[in-house]
Amino acid sequence: MARARSHRYTESPVLQLAFPAWRSRLAALALLGGFAVLAGRSFYLQVINNDFLQEKGESRYRRELEISASRGRITDRNGDVLAVSTPMRSVWAIPADVKLVPEQSQALAKLLEMDPRELNRKLAEDKNFVYVKRQIPPETGERIAAMKLPGIHQNKEYRRYYPSGDMTAHIVGFTGVDDKGLEGVELAFQDQLLGRPGQRSVIKDRRGQIVEDVGSVKPPQDGKDITLALDSKIQYLAFSQLKQAVDDNDAKAGGVVVVDARTGEVLALANWPTYNPNNRAGLSGAQLRNRAVTDTYEPGSTMKPFPAALALEKGKFRFDSVINTAPGKLTIGTATISDSHAHGLLTLAQVIQKSSNVGIAKVAGTFPPEEMWTMFDALGFGQAPKLGFPGEVGGRLRPWKTWRPIEQATMSYGHGISVSLLQMVRAYTVFARDGELIPLSLLKSDGSTVRGERVFSPQTVREVKSMLEMAVQPGGTAPKAQIPGYRVAGKTGTAHKLEGGVYARKYVASFVGLAPASDPRLIVAVMIDEPSNGKHFGGDVAGPTFANIMSGALRTLGVPQDAPLQVAGGIPGKEKL
Amino acid sequence: MLRLNLLLLVAAIICALGVVTSQHKARKLFQDLEGEQERARSLDVEWGQLQLELSTWATHPRIEKIAREKLRMHAPEPAKVIHAGGGGR
Repeated sequence: MARARSHRYTESPVLQLAFPAWRSRLAALALLGGFAVLAGRSFYLQVINNDFLQEKGESRYRRELEISASRGRITDRNGDVLAVSTPMRSVWAIPADVKLVPEQSQALAKLLEMDPRELNRKLAEDKNFVYVKRQIPPETGERIAAMKLPGIHQNKEYRRYYPSGDMTAHIVGFTGVDDKGLEGVELAFQDQLLGRPGQRSVIKDRRGQIVEDVGSVKPPQDGKDITLALDSKIQYLAFSQLKQAVDDNDAKAGGVVVVDARTGEVLALANWPTYNPNNRAGLSGAQLRNRAVTDTYEPGSTMKPFPAALALEKGKFRFDSVINTAPGKLTIGTATISDSHAHGLLTLAQVIQKSSNVGIAKVAGTFPPEEMWTMFDALGFGQAPKLGFPGEVGGRLRPWKTWRPIEQATMSYGHGISVSLLQMVRAYTVFARDGELIPLSLLKSDGSTVRGERVFSPQTVREVKSMLEMAVQPGGTAPKAQIPGYRVAGKTGTAHKLEGGVYARKYVASFVGLAPASDPRLIVAVMIDEPSNGKHFGGDVAGPTFANIMSGALRTLGVPQDAPLQVAGGIPGKEKL
Repeated sequence: MLRLNLLLLVAAIICALGVVTSQHKARKLFQDLEGEQERARSLDVEWGQLQLELSTWATHPRIEKIAREKLRMHAPEPAKVIHAGGGGR
């Protein structure tokens, strides 16, 4: 037993076995190698590839949020809002998730002001996503959210409102889905108006509350507000008067432009027919057209003051040079032009006053074509007015080398040349500004007087202006364009419409004028397309409308009077507020 | 030596607790800030809606209608207008 007790481990036969030395070294090496791999891996994960894991970890509790930015407002010169975006909600559903008891769907339909059957039909659709109703007021949205209905979700989206509706529709335009400007100023200034959403990433806690910002925050950029030159009061006046005139004359369409002669600002721009930008269902192309800017017409006699001014400027005629217009007809080549009333001997001033086609054609016949073309070009005809409006047109002014004598004659009374109403107003700034043509502006300017390019000398303009004053006095073509208390200078236009290359018995009646003539402040142009209620002369159709708009606008602006209150010939203007 | 170590340990624990409380406070303040910013946004929205409402009530056709029909106002005859000063007659 003692022997057995004294048994020593070293004497164990197992331990007595002698292994070769390399085996233990191999084992140690393998272990060491294993540790080295582990160390290397952990070095790789924690030092080299650190970012990746950090990001993965963060993504479990980090959220990217979009910070919404709103589209800029459009206001008039006095800050009245013409277009504004306001957030709305859209309700959408995942039909498969929707499980509503009848009472719930009844309540939902009531909140959405929908027919319950239509709601159920939408919720039964075999799609992954359906809009239940878009653009509902946020309060309603909150009440729906409070019902906590499964499968019913909401989005935030913006809706654009136009408080002044059809009155400013053409100038302001409208946006489509996704805040994209489609017409008017909304399109022209899309880049400035558009808001750019920002982004931030945040850490949210278990309860979904934001705990802190991580990383850099990209701040949202709200769209810039645009202040137009438009004056809502004058715009309303122009719009309502135009509507009245189109109604009274059974006309097809019409346009009005009011411009501040000092700054070139467009104070009003109205077209008829128009549309309601808040509800654009069933919109037609005729309603959408911004005629004053995108349509050209043959201006007719409103063109006459320009050749007359050129004649004075070149010293070929004087104010009182006599021109024989008898017998009211003039044949050039194979064509004959005629006056609506035959006159005999007329002075140049009377040619303008009585609007004699023959007279002005004789005057125009004395210029080389190039001289007349240069003047038209200097007045901006044939070039878009570059207001920044979408679809601006330049009208048609053919190069002078192709002019035939008859064309030069007809162009002098505004046929064979086409312009937009906006261009015509701009050309008339030369008479309001002592011979300078000024650029027009859609946006409110700082009120300083703008510089323009000289086309005529001040002396010439003074004389033409007094001819234009004669045109609205008794004996002229537009006594109805007079305004009590103000001196008015203006010119009528009655142009035949071209239809398929032939002049039809359809007319465009227009009037362009400025007041007060002693120190012009406003230029107003009125154009009525196809008056068909018996009258078609510019003086009868557009003249009274001009007078109403001009007198109201002058009063609105507080322009001092420069004439006695008694109107020659006595037509008291029926005035609007 | 042991005493110094204990002292440092206590200091470290105090600092750690300080970090915890200040972090907590920071988060509370951050949430308040969030809330106020949210309020600012909703007030901005409300302002826009009020502006919209204002300009809807103040449309010129509506004003003219009320002035003419309810208040029986009309534009004065030119003869009844007296221009005061400033280049007027």
